[in-house]
Amino acid sequence: MQNEEIIKKINQLLIDDIEIDEDQISPGADLKKDLGIDSLDFVDLFVIVENNFGFKMKAEEMSDIKKLEDFYAYVIRRVNPN
Amino acid sequence: MNRVVITGMGIYSVIGKNLAEVKNSLFDGKSGIIFDPLRKEMGFRSALTGMVERPVLKGILDRRMRVGLPVQGEYAYMATIEALNKAGIDAGFMEKNAVGILYGNDSSALPVVESVDILRKKRDTMMIGSGYIFQSMNSTVSMNLSVIFKFRGINFTVSGACASGSHAIGIAYLLIRQGLQEVIVCGGAQEINPESTASFDALNAFSIHESEPQKASRPFDRDRDGLVPSGGAATVVLESYESAVRRGATILGEVAGYGFSSNGEHISLPNVDGPVAAMQLSLKEAGMDASEIDYINAHATSTPAGDENEAKAIDHIFGKSRPLVSSTKSMTGHEMWMGGASEIIYSTLMMNNNFVAPNINFDNPDEVTARLNIAAHTTPCNIRAFLSNSFGFGGTNSSLVVRKFNG
Repeated sequence: MQNEEIIKKINQLLIDDIEIDEDQISPGADLKKDLGIDSLDFVDLFVIVENNFGFKMKAEEMSDIKKLEDFYAYVIRRVNPN
Repeated sequence: MNRVVITGMGIYSVIGKNLAEVKNSLFDGKSGIIFDPLRKEMGFRSALTGMVERPVLKGILDRRMRVGLPVQGEYAYMATIEALNKAGIDAGFMEKNAVGILYGNDSSALPVVESVDILRKKRDTMMIGSGYIFQSMNSTVSMNLSVIFKFRGINFTVSGACASGSHAIGIAYLLIRQGLQEVIVCGGAQEINPESTASFDALNAFSIHESEPQKASRPFDRDRDGLVPSGGAATVVLESYESAVRRGATILGEVAGYGFSSNGEHISLPNVDGPVAAMQLSLKEAGMDASEIDYINAHATSTPAGDENEAKAIDHIFGKSRPLVSSTKSMTGHEMWMGGASEIIYSTLMMNNNFVAPNINFDNPDEVTARLNIAAHTTPCNIRAFLSNSFGFGGTNSSLVVRKFNG
């Protein structure tokens, strides 16, 4: 999966499944402060990511993910390790 | 001691999704019972059930509020919105006053089944997601509604089997009477799904009159053969008289007495003495004589033994005055955890509209039920006060007395 395709898919999942307003989505958005993603939403992201990208997120890997661009980079790294 | 009045009611049931619809169904003797083919496929002895469509809350509640809300919580949300509107209580009132919630609920089977199914399939708890824990607990309804409506008073669930909703109102009445709370949102909720009733079906307790679903629930009738499970939610706003007057609220009725008892015998077989004790206590608490009760909303679920014992208990106390008796479960089916609350609403609607709803399908009495003055048809009646019975597994009994408010 191409990087742009991954980003597009993440954005659509955030809109459809976490119900984030489309106009709030930007790479620099802070996941908690700007998008309102709390600790419970992160739990749902684990399920969404595995069902859509086929890998398991680990709680300990989440500590460095603050902004949406961090999350894009993390998913891209896991989907396309090379 | 404070007087305790009803200032709000809301209902989401198999005979109507609001007070106006329910009032018409009660007057018309309309049944909400269907045959559910899915239950037959699953191996149920009886595929009969009450049925109401699931509310659509997307666009009304945000995602976080919906994710942890099971179906009976959705019903309860709908009932509570109507009840608070009826009571004239808004978010501003909730901010300034510690409104409480005491809701009856005694299962949340479907989310438990679904979450364990995910675990068995995926072998990873992280695939369960964030909502199931809040959907699965018995306290799911009070827990969710207290967050949605920002209640800041007492907050817990009452689990007393099929008397849960009635006990919730009874406990709320006691707290307001004591002056510990001024307003409590109380009620009862009951999920409708095969998962929650399969083990009950296993007891051979359900009617198998599947050829005519709307005739299957026939409390007190000679040919009754079991109950029909049902569900929905009912919310009653209880308030101290002083608070109601201060707000200029419309008073719909006064809770005059709450009586309770435990049979101390069999886990599922009802007796006569326990219900007699609960009814007597409710009358004593109300300071009323049996002759002042004009209508009894019976617990009668359409089981052979339960209806017979309740008929004996009612006859024991009301044999002289013989008030009108009906079981609205003839129309709704057995709303279980919800029933004690919904039946207060059904009876209050009757009281405020001067009629007694029919005990439909009461075609022939048996030797015992013939002793009661059962309303087989809609009957005009000036109800000064009514008594509502709710009994449950383990021998828990609750009786509530509600009277017209006379200033």
